[in-house]
Amino acid sequence: MELLDNLALGFSTATTLWNLLFCLIGVLLGTLIGVLPGIGATATIAMLLPITFQIGDPVSSLIMLAGIYYGAQYGGSTTAILINMPGESSSAVTAIDGYQMAKNGRAGAALAIAAIGSFFAGTVSTFLVAIFAPPLTAIALQFGAAEYFSLMIVGLVSSVALAHGSIVKALAMVVLGLLLGIVGTDIYTGTPRFTLGIREYADGLNFVAVAVGVFGVAEILRNLENEHERSVMIRRVSGLMPTREDFRRMAAPIVRGTIIGSALGILPGGGAILAAFASYTVEKRVSKNPGEFGKGAIEGVAGPESANNAGAQTSFIPMLTLGIPANPVMALMIGAMIIQGIVPGPNVAIEQPALFWGIIASMWIGNLMLIILNLPLIGLWVKLLTIPYYVLFPIIMAFCSIGVYSVNTNIYDLYAVAFFGFLGYLLTKLRCEPAPLLLGFVLGPLLEENLRRAMILSRGDPSTFMTRPISAGLLVIALAVLAIVFLPAVKKKREEVFVEEN
Amino acid sequence: MKPFAIDTANGICAALFIFLGGFFALQSLGLEVGTAFRMGPGYFPLVLAIVLILLGAIILVQAVRFESEPIGHIAWRGMLFILPAPIFFGLTVRGLGFIPSIFLTALIASFASGRMRPLTALVLSAVLTLFAFLVFSYALGLPFRRFGPWLPAWLAL
Repeated sequence: MELLDNLALGFSTATTLWNLLFCLIGVLLGTLIGVLPGIGATATIAMLLPITFQIGDPVSSLIMLAGIYYGAQYGGSTTAILINMPGESSSAVTAIDGYQMAKNGRAGAALAIAAIGSFFAGTVSTFLVAIFAPPLTAIALQFGAAEYFSLMIVGLVSSVALAHGSIVKALAMVVLGLLLGIVGTDIYTGTPRFTLGIREYADGLNFVAVAVGVFGVAEILRNLENEHERSVMIRRVSGLMPTREDFRRMAAPIVRGTIIGSALGILPGGGAILAAFASYTVEKRVSKNPGEFGKGAIEGVAGPESANNAGAQTSFIPMLTLGIPANPVMALMIGAMIIQGIVPGPNVAIEQPALFWGIIASMWIGNLMLIILNLPLIGLWVKLLTIPYYVLFPIIMAFCSIGVYSVNTNIYDLYAVAFFGFLGYLLTKLRCEPAPLLLGFVLGPLLEENLRRAMILSRGDPSTFMTRPISAGLLVIALAVLAIVFLPAVKKKREEVFVEEN
Repeated sequence: MKPFAIDTANGICAALFIFLGGFFALQSLGLEVGTAFRMGPGYFPLVLAIVLILLGAIILVQAVRFESEPIGHIAWRGMLFILPAPIFFGLTVRGLGFIPSIFLTALIASFASGRMRPLTALVLSAVLTLFAFLVFSYALGLPFRRFGPWLPAWLAL
């Protein structure tokens, strides 16, 4: 069995002492920052990204980064349940019933259910990634420049469709991201572009600086707008073990959530958020007593948490096989790969099988670590919730500064952090989502390169995108997605969904 | 009813996108644009910049139709102290050296909150500096100068 051979390679890579250690550090750090209220998974990863570059080996560094991702997600659900403050929109759904459970004195059970659901979903979807990644890679290897260009268009359009608020603004954010992404030296002619004559930006704007600015610094500023006391009513969490009744009630929602999450996670543009929401809706619909939802229904925690984790996991599929990020976190992973000298895309699986399968195996190990570590450590996480915010952000700012500087020892990257922090904050105030901008930023250079290559190959005939069947199919999908979100009925429904989610 | 009710946030947003689009468009025109067959360095950005300007214009049109929604609180104090922190670090990390620079960076950032008292800020920054020194400079061995040339020589041990 090729699958088993591959998984064996992955597990032997992921279970070396070093990689286990980095996975553990990643999971711990991710949870640590993730439980800090108001800091979502994306911001956590952006802030911790530079640390992973200190590890020379790309495999270990990406394993650690993946660990940070799961940890941050878990941390996000912890704050959602305990203080009704979801760090990320994907755990916003968990907060609805999770917080009510905590209020009823069942915080321990809610946390345990979230962890168990996530672990189950993680296990299933790790296998899904292992099964579906190789055939997709085989397809992707047939792709030429035109197909790549069209595929990236699909990714960008989907990120627009799933962004909150105005579609036109999200489109503008993508375009702005693309423009910012191509700052730096033109690969064909060596001409410096948009660098304002600053030599330090000749290699382009530093991806870490942009991510830290737009997600990290902007998020701190948003939290500083109105500082109010957080009330942590749960000082001690007891009764972690769910009762037999709980287990009976959560089994089906976890399975359903996993299926929904796995399917939606593959969609580019933030499937995990959608998955959590879809799962909640489904559970509410199939439940015998839907009146319980919103008042602490176990199903309302188990389903969305599983869906959200399954979606987070399967969103690795387009990233690993095609090099296309499905969400901002995957954009960060791709950025990390590029900095480590790995060209993302279908070649990763062939040229770096240890890296490819090692990451997949470490997903499962990371999830296992989370369930083993976090349940006993929950007391510590609860304590962290009581740290006042004004103590946190000087620490975050200092570490972000060191981190960004350590990537290239380029002081201009630090100025970029301040600039993008300001721009990111300004854009959030103007009700623009930062996620499409980051996707555009990562894809900008790739999009341009493939466009130019495709046009040279077709001798300047733009119909090449429509005459090649795969490319044409992808463009039709992109067009359909765009048409659907602009349909008045969908537009209205979409607004409702996001309003409810907020 | 006023004939021209422009939504503040959307109006500024449109202006920002049009301005940024204009910037990139002007810069692109200074580069070789080329043809669709052999695109020059300015071709793709010029197209994108024009699209950005058009999207900005659409947002502007929409802004006129909608009623104004308040922007809400703005973290002025936060911006005043948070944004200069990384800039300060960048300006001084080579001259002052890693240790004094990170201490002052943390101190500046501390004052972004009205709740921070000066003594707490000092203690916090000191502990943070020690931790950063131990982790980044000592354990990870990042090649940062601990004390820089701007300081008297006896410090640079």
